[in-house]
Formats: sequence, structure tokens, C-alpha cells
Amino acid sequence: MPFPQALREALMAAFVALMLAIPLIGFRLADTMQGLAIETRFDWVAWGVSAVFVGRLVLGLLRGRGRPLGLAIKMPALPPNASTMFALVLGVFALVLPFTPLGDRYTVELAITVLIYVMLGWGLNIVVGLAGLLDLGYVAFYAVGAYSYALFAINFGWSFWLCLPIAGVLAAMFGVMLGFPVLRLRGDYLAIVTLGFGEMIRVILLNWKEFSGGSAGLTSIPRPSFFGFPFTANPEPGQTAFHELFGLEFSPLQRIIFLYYLIFALALLTNFFTLRMRKLPIGRAWEALREDEIACRALGINPTNVKLSAFALGAMFGGFAGAFFATRQGFISPESFNFIESAVILAIVVLGGMGSQLGVVIAAAFLILIPELLRDFSQYRMIMFGFAMVLIMLWRPQGLVAHREPSIRLGAKA
Amino acid sequence: MSLLTVEHLTIRFGGLVAVDDVSFAAEDGRITAIIGPNGAGKTTVFNCLTGFYKPDVGRMCLNRDGKEFLLERMDGFRIAGQAGVARTFQNIRLFPRMTVLENLLVAQHNTLHRASFHTLAGLLGLSRYRDAEKAAVARATEWLERVGLRRAADDEAGSLPYGDQRRLEIARAMCTNPRLLCLDEPAAGLNPKESADLAALIRDIKAREKIAVLLIEHDMSVVMEISDHIVVLDHGAKIAEGNPAQIRANPAVIAAYLGTDEEDAA
Repeated sequence: MPFPQALREALMAAFVALMLAIPLIGFRLADTMQGLAIETRFDWVAWGVSAVFVGRLVLGLLRGRGRPLGLAIKMPALPPNASTMFALVLGVFALVLPFTPLGDRYTVELAITVLIYVMLGWGLNIVVGLAGLLDLGYVAFYAVGAYSYALFAINFGWSFWLCLPIAGVLAAMFGVMLGFPVLRLRGDYLAIVTLGFGEMIRVILLNWKEFSGGSAGLTSIPRPSFFGFPFTANPEPGQTAFHELFGLEFSPLQRIIFLYYLIFALALLTNFFTLRMRKLPIGRAWEALREDEIACRALGINPTNVKLSAFALGAMFGGFAGAFFATRQGFISPESFNFIESAVILAIVVLGGMGSQLGVVIAAAFLILIPELLRDFSQYRMIMFGFAMVLIMLWRPQGLVAHREPSIRLGAKA
Repeated sequence: MSLLTVEHLTIRFGGLVAVDDVSFAAEDGRITAIIGPNGAGKTTVFNCLTGFYKPDVGRMCLNRDGKEFLLERMDGFRIAGQAGVARTFQNIRLFPRMTVLENLLVAQHNTLHRASFHTLAGLLGLSRYRDAEKAAVARATEWLERVGLRRAADDEAGSLPYGDQRRLEIARAMCTNPRLLCLDEPAAGLNPKESADLAALIRDIKAREKIAVLLIEHDMSVVMEISDHIVVLDHGAKIAEGNPAQIRANPAVIAAYLGTDEEDAA
């Protein structure tokens, strides 16, 4: 970019920064002896604005030299099956993690959280990434799954394995319920309605106290057992505890490791199911719907069925994850299902690269681990997190893994 | 009896009569062209036939193997799926991020979806579905060869050159196994060589498939060369009908395209 233009852009950016910085940084409420007073910090403003000016100028000048943003790092040429290999390595790592020296209680708990988000991301990927339906209320299905497990387990004493499919079916039914009114909507309008739907579920759970316990939530949700053998130090008479069954020392870590493998298996199930669906007519119809709904109609595809199946299946996996969340926490309240959760799950899908299964894993790990690792930076944590996200979107605007693998190949160019 | 009979078709948008009492027929094994100046209502007729618009007045009857389908009463996707009306679009509507082969498989969705037993058989990998998929791929391959895109089968549809995208869209429409193929300006934006190839392709479809072709086209060299029957619309109304020679000699058609002396004087 020629110098005058870069200068003009830098001045514009500096002006915007100045307008923002004067009220936000320039004035400060200070507690003095005589009560509250306003302090000014115009030196800070000056530093900030000049930093923006210089940064923007350098960026503008660099852009002229054939580099898209000065940031775009050229990816090394990867072998064609690199992503498969990488996925395999990740899978093996996840499989052995609890038994490596890394596998202490904190790490495994953290890994469980990451896996919950991976599963949610994979579930939402069906709706957003494949079918192209922008859903901002995905957390509603997570909540439906969690509450249905909690209520069935508390009130009827049903086991986790019985409740899991019920939670999935109920969530899928809610998915269809949401799907019907939004059949004609697309894009922004769809996003608004799904956002409202997500909030509705949360507000109902918050206010219907007799049913859901209101803001106090549901407590003492039964913890999972190893197919009927509980993870307790002193089992009730007549029961065999997990450690007794295998003749091990009792350790609280055993339950956590079991939970870890449970969510690992559930997440893998979601993944293999989705991968398989992509190669079936319905999966291709989802993608076709994302690409062009009018063309789908002209080819005789019933868009209603295609959309509802995407909503239902995406919701079902959200429900599974919810049931797992409830049994892991032992306590749920509407607090856990606010809009921020939906936003994080959507961010995982978008950041990972719409429709990419591997991208979801990387993005989920990133979005959950970075704030965790940055705990030492205390109050600057979220700023650094936001900065990292901006950098990634500048570097890879299509998402981390933008490559789309065809669902079928004819091969052998004859 | 004709494959498609359109009678007294009228479509209004508010006060504007886009199509005014138009009747025509399309026969098996023949190419029927609908021509007319811009804004004459040609694409509106297509949108009506394929269920995107509902006509205010009129009847569209498609006679498929002795079964009658009243198109004005059917949902758009059923018109394509059951009555067998396939179409292409003036501004190409492929699935750009899917491969060429995938585009052709999506076109066979209904057959495949039934064979996969609404996904279940496919999920379990039963042979019933695998055979159906093989047949679908074979059909797609056959069409890829006929439109000369066999080599591009695994490329993204959106990355193809413009002319290839036009031909792919026709192949995709043919993969739905239609009885009536509606082509909306298939030669728009093509160079003379590509237009000639396209004319050859449409003639080949006419010769080898037992279907009727409806064609909207501005490129008169293509229209006059391949059409068996031509319907001329102007301001929504049918002003002429006949074979290419008759249309070329029709004063009303010439007036609609070139204007009349009176209009010039006015």
C-alpha cells in the first residue's frame, strides 16, 4: 500500500482509538479523602493512540508488499493424509492420557470439560456446519438433556444408561419443536429465533420452581456407577464397590477416570455417527441445503425433512452431553445454560472451520484450555483470550481447518 | 395426448399481470422453446411449472405414464420428485462447495434415500444401500461422460469454468430422471463454440431420452437450430406459436423484437 494511503488509514484508526480511549481510559473515578473524584489519565490515552497509529501504519505498509495482512503465515505443505494422522495421534493421546504422568486429577477434570465441548461442538456441527442453519440456542438442548437425566434419576431412580437414550430422544423432540416454526427462516432471522428459544428454555427452568427447582437448581443427582458398581469408599451393605470388584485401593480418581472414558466414548460415538451420515444421502442433502435451498427443491428434496432431521440429530447429541454433564456435576441449575454457553459452542464450530470434525477438536481445546492456562494473568486473562481469537481469525478467516473432504470420490481420472 | 398441457395460465404480482392467459403444450421427444423480449414472463412460466409460484388462474397438467399430475396443486419439491419436472436456472444454482460427483448424487437423493431405508440401512452398511449407491454413481458417471466432465468428477463444482457449470447443471437435472426438462437460458454467457456444444447436447438428450424439453433462450441461433416448436411471449401474453420457419416470418414477432413503425413515430 502506498505511503499516503497507509498514513490516511492509520490516522483514521488513531482517531477511532482516541474517541474510544478518552471516555474509557482518560477518566477514572478515584476514591480520595474528600470522597469520589475524577482523575484524568491523558498520558495513557496518548500512549494508546500512538500505539494504534504506529501499528496500523506498519501493518498498512507491510500489506503493500504482497502479504495479505503481514500476519498470514504460509502453511508448510502437508502430506495429503496429514489430518487423518493428526486425528489418530490425538485419539491415541486422549486414550492413554489418564495413565500418563500428566494424568493427575486436575488434568483429567480439565480434559473432561474439553471433551464435553468437543462433543457439543460436533453436535452443533451437524446443524451449523453441515446443514448451514445458524443456531444460537444450542444450549437449550444441552439443558433438556441435563434436566431430563437429573429429574428421571432423582424422581424414579433410573440408571444413567437408561436415562441417556431418554435424554437424547427428549432433546431431539425439542429440536423438532424448535425446527417447525423456523422452517422458513434463514441466516440472521433464524439466529434470532433460536436465540430466543434457548433463552425460553432457560427462563422456564428458572421460574418453574416445582418442576426444576428454579434458580436453586437440582442437587444430589446420582453419580454414575460402573455398570451398577458404585465408586464409593464404603458401599452400602449388599453392594460391591468398583475398587472391591477389581481388588484395587479406593481412590477418588477412579470415578473421574471412568467419567473421562465415558465422555470420550460418547464424543467418539458422535464423531463416527456424523462421519457416517455425511456419506449417506441425508448427509449430502444437509450440505446441499447449506449450499442452495432453492436448487434442493428443484431436485425434489423435501427441505422440511432435511432441516428437521438436522435439528433433531444435532439436538440429540446435545442431550447426551447434557445428561453426562448432570451426572458429572451432581448439581445443575439454569446458570449453567445461559447464552454464553451457546456462544462458546458456536465459536468452537466457526473457529474450527464450518463442518470440519478435526477443527472442532482443536478449537474446543483452544477455547477451553487458553483461559485455563492464562489463569496466572488474572484480570488480563479475557483480554489475551480475545486477542488470541482475533489473531486466529485474521490468520485463518475460514477457520482452523477449512479443507472439506468430499464424501465420495470417483478417483482415477479416466 | 401431450406430456404437458398448460391452459389459460395467468400470474399477477399485485397490479402487474406477468403472465396473461397463456396456453401451450410440450410433447415427448420434442424441444419446445419459449422466447420473447426481456420481461415477457418466460421465467415466471418456468417458476410456475416448477412450483416456485402458484398461478392465479389456469391449469398445468402433466401426463406421466398414464397418471395425471396437476402441477398447480403440488408442492415444489413434489413436482420435481413425483411428476418428474427438472429445471436449470438462469443464474446457475449448483452446490458450489460440493464436488461435481456429489452434485449428481444429491440429484438422486430420493432414490438413494429410499434405498437407504431412510438412513437406517445406510448407517448399518447393508448391501441394499451399497448397491443403490453403486447404481447412482454409475448413472452419474454416465452423465459426466455425456457432458464431458468425467475428468472433473472430484473437483469442487464452484471451481469449474462457466460453460462447464452450465453443462453440469443440465447433467444434474437429468440425474433426477425427469420426464420434462426445463432449461432456463442455458446458453447465456457462453461463447459460440460452447453454444454449439450445448445445442448438440440438448439434441442428444432429445434423441436418446424419452423426455420433453422446454427451453427459454435468447440466443436465436440456438433456438432456431434445435427447436421443434416455438412459443413467443410478449408482455406476458402469447403472441405467436409455430415452427421456426413460421416464427421467423411472423410480423407480430418481428414487431415485438424490433418495434413497429408506429411505435417509432410515437
